Amino acid sequence: MTTTTKALLEIDNVSKIFRNGASTTHVLDRLSLNATEGDFVTVIGPSGCGKSTLLKIIAGLDTDYVGSVNIENRKVDRPSQEKGFIFQEHRLFPWLNVESNIAADLSLSKPEVRERVNELIKLVKLEGFEKAYPRQISGGMSQRVAIARALLRKPKVLLLDEPFGALDAFTRAHLQEALLEIWQTNRTTMVLVTHDIDEAVFLSSRVVVMDAKPGRIKSVIPIDLPYPRKRTGTAFQDLRTHVLRSLEHSETEEPSYTI
Amino acid sequence: MTTTVAVRSEQAAKPITDRPKRTFPWKSVIRGAIIPAAIIAIWQILSSNGAISETLYSSPWNILKEYYELTKTGELPHHLRISLVRASLGFLFGGGAGLLIGLLVGMSRPVEEVVNPTVQMLRTIPLLAITPLFIMWFGFGELSKVLLISLGAFFPMYVNTFLGVRNVDAKLFDVGRVLEFNWWKRTTRLVLPAALPNILLGTRLSLSIAWLCLVVAELLGAESGVGYMIQDARSFVQTDVVFVGITIFAIVGKLSDSIVRVLEQRLLRWQDSFKG
Ligand SMILES: Nc1ncnc2c1ncn2[C@@H]1O[C@H](COP(=O)(O)OP(=O)(O)OP(=O)(O)O)[C@@H](O)[C@H]1O
Ligand SMILES: [Mg+2]
Repeated sequence: MTTTTKALLEIDNVSKIFRNGASTTHVLDRLSLNATEGDFVTVIGPSGCGKSTLLKIIAGLDTDYVGSVNIENRKVDRPSQEKGFIFQEHRLFPWLNVESNIAADLSLSKPEVRERVNELIKLVKLEGFEKAYPRQISGGMSQRVAIARALLRKPKVLLLDEPFGALDAFTRAHLQEALLEIWQTNRTTMVLVTHDIDEAVFLSSRVVVMDAKPGRIKSVIPIDLPYPRKRTGTAFQDLRTHVLRSLEHSETEEPSYTI
Repeated sequence: MTTTVAVRSEQAAKPITDRPKRTFPWKSVIRGAIIPAAIIAIWQILSSNGAISETLYSSPWNILKEYYELTKTGELPHHLRISLVRASLGFLFGGGAGLLIGLLVGMSRPVEEVVNPTVQMLRTIPLLAITPLFIMWFGFGELSKVLLISLGAFFPMYVNTFLGVRNVDAKLFDVGRVLEFNWWKRTTRLVLPAALPNILLGTRLSLSIAWLCLVVAELLGAESGVGYMIQDARSFVQTDVVFVGITIFAIVGKLSDSIVRVLEQRLLRWQDSFKG
């Protein structure tokens, strides 16, 4: 073993084939990826390359694949609270208000739950909206509620599937900073799927560039910039160009990411 | 910099209160009362003038007097209580079974394939056609009445619960899996609340059918109940009493419907559908 830090998440030779009657789609092809504790990995790649499929496999939502996925040396065979999942849409329960959505099946009348929920509401900056229903708050706020709901379960890994994709640029930038703050406070291992190169370079410690058909890892680009990062710095711009080049290299179809 | 501004402005916004204050909708109540009030007035005038026969058509005033008489003798409360017990029992059994079976059928395809065709087939049989069977099997007693009401109350509850479950956003089930909901939590925390709008609609329909079946059961043969009171008064041409029976059915029916509607408003506050 040459690795210095122990991997928390180990994805080893994962292949995934979708079968629809006679047609088969080879979505993931012998994909391997490790993440250490406190890592922030971003996965970027053309549309349809299997990013969501990969996240679902890590989450245990999809167990029909070849290869192995381990978290702390235990095989992932079903969804669990140690693997938080943030979907592209917030997927809150519309009949619960903000604080009840965060608590979900836990009882807010328990003092320890109450206390943690209050802390998280502060962390995601939603004070004053505890009693609001999802229909009464904006998309960005909803996504923050979803993040708080996941964090309450103290996940070892937080999986985010284009969580800010549907938001406007302004809200997105704000949520990116909020996410960084959360990551720096909790040191939760993050795996983020995005189409946004800027977001990838701004947030992560490593950018994983994927290739489509079949989906495999094309390159892994470490982002060795100190936090907080400035989007306007030359080092930032250079890395951005680097990621873009790496992506373009593989493009055969129309580019689906934003610059 | 800009992001801090965003946070501030969001927090400065007025916190959303749990329940917006609602004033009593006087206007719509008055609008709804116009037609009934006019009918009552015309009716009273016609019968006071002698334009229509009081024995055959009664009059609002006579009906009110009859209400008073029947309440004083204790006859009306007695019959009403018995009718209410029958209707509630029937609704409870039938509606409860509809809710339970609708849930099970909605949540599982195999159960649906086994149960649903039979239920749909039974649903097409008019209740009145089964009534003779019930009387032959269970006699004129309470059992056949409650069973008839249960059967009527079952179908609307079943159909609407089933629909409600099938309308649950499938994406929320993934959330339930990630949050490690077991079967019980999935049912009570996810399926039931999501299906609640349909379940409440089913409750309303089910209640009104229970009421309808009660009348049928009591008119066909009973020694007590509001339906019996009507039937009995008919044979003595006591039109006032018949009207008392009819209006009490209407009043209780409307009352029970209103209770469910208030429940709807309180429980479905989270919905953001068009309110008209
Ligand atoms: N349930 C399914 N059955 C069959 N094929 C599927 C299924 N789900 C996904 N696929 C296929 O797998 C491929 C990868 O899908 P996936 O959703 O993982 O892509 P993605 O990288 O997340 O794309 P995007 O960036 O657009 O979200 C696609 O070609 C898609 O058609
Ligand atoms: Mg996707």
